[in-house]
Amino acid sequence: MAINRDCLGREYRAAQPYEVTRGKIREFAGAINDPNPLYTDVDAAKAAGHRDVVAPPTFPIIMGMDAAAQAAVDPELGLDFSLVVHGQQSFRYSRPLQAGDVVDNVTRITEVKNLGATEMITLETDISTVEGEHVVTSVNMLVVRGDAAKDRA
Amino acid sequence: MTANVRYADVEVGTELPEQVYPVTRLDLVRYAGASGDFNPIHWNERVAKSVGLPNVIAHGMFTMAEAGRLVTDWAGDPGALVEYGVKFSAPVVVPDDDAGARISVSGVVKEKRDDNRVVIALTARSGGAKVLARANAVVRLP
Repeated sequence: MAINRDCLGREYRAAQPYEVTRGKIREFAGAINDPNPLYTDVDAAKAAGHRDVVAPPTFPIIMGMDAAAQAAVDPELGLDFSLVVHGQQSFRYSRPLQAGDVVDNVTRITEVKNLGATEMITLETDISTVEGEHVVTSVNMLVVRGDAAKDRA
Repeated sequence: MTANVRYADVEVGTELPEQVYPVTRLDLVRYAGASGDFNPIHWNERVAKSVGLPNVIAHGMFTMAEAGRLVTDWAGDPGALVEYGVKFSAPVVVPDDDAGARISVSGVVKEKRDDNRVVIALTARSGGAKVLARANAVVRLP
C-alpha cells in the first residue's frame, strides 16, 4: 500500500508530556556505553553550567519513535511499519535536554516522496517544554522498502 | 567537566582522531530496552535473515550515538552540540560472538561559522563499509 500523499502536513501530538528523568538518562547513556559524567553526575553537570544532568544528543529519538509509532497506526496514512528502515536522522537543538524537563512533542509529516518502488517519509518532531520553550527538533526520515513489498505481493 | 576545545584554537582541517567503539549482541539488547526500539532485526538472526540481511544489524541510532561520542568527548560537553545529522548508508552487522563488531569513527573540522560554531564531518566505518554518510555535527565552542 502506497503512502497517502494527502497526509502531507498532518500532525500527531503525544498523548501526554514526557518527563525526562535522571534514571532514564543514566539507562540510555549506559546502553550507548558512554561514560561521560555529565550524563550521570549532577555535580559535574552543574560545574559545567547545566541545571541538572544532560541527556545524550540522540536521546530524543525516544520521542521521535513514539511519533513514528503513532503514524504507523494511522489508517489513512498507509505506512507499513514492517517494511520500514531508518534512512536519515537529525537533531537541531536550542539547548540541551536535561533531567527535570517535562516536554510536549508535536510531529508533522513534512515530506513524502518515492524513488522507484521505494518510498520515503519525513517526520519532524518539535520537542518543547510544557512551558513552551523549544528544546530540540528531531527529523526522522523513514524508508519504506518497495522491493520487500513486491516480494510479499 | 569544562570544554576541552576553544573556538580560537580550532582550524578548518583540525582532526578528531579515530576511535573504535565495539558493539555486541548484548549492547543491542540493552539499546533496544533503553530506546524502546524492539525491531527484531536488531536481535533475532532468523528475522534479520528472512528480510535479506546478512545477520543481525545494529540500530542505526546506536551507530549514530557512537559517532556522536567522538564529538561530545572532543568538545568536552555534550551540551555544546547544537546540530547533528546522519544518513544511514550501510548496516553494522553484529555476529553472535563475544567480540561482536567494531565501529571506527573519525572526524575533521570542515567549517568555522559565526557565533563560535564549528562544523565537524564524521566518518564511520564497520566491516569495511561506510556505515554513515553526510554525517555532520555542529558544536558551539567557548
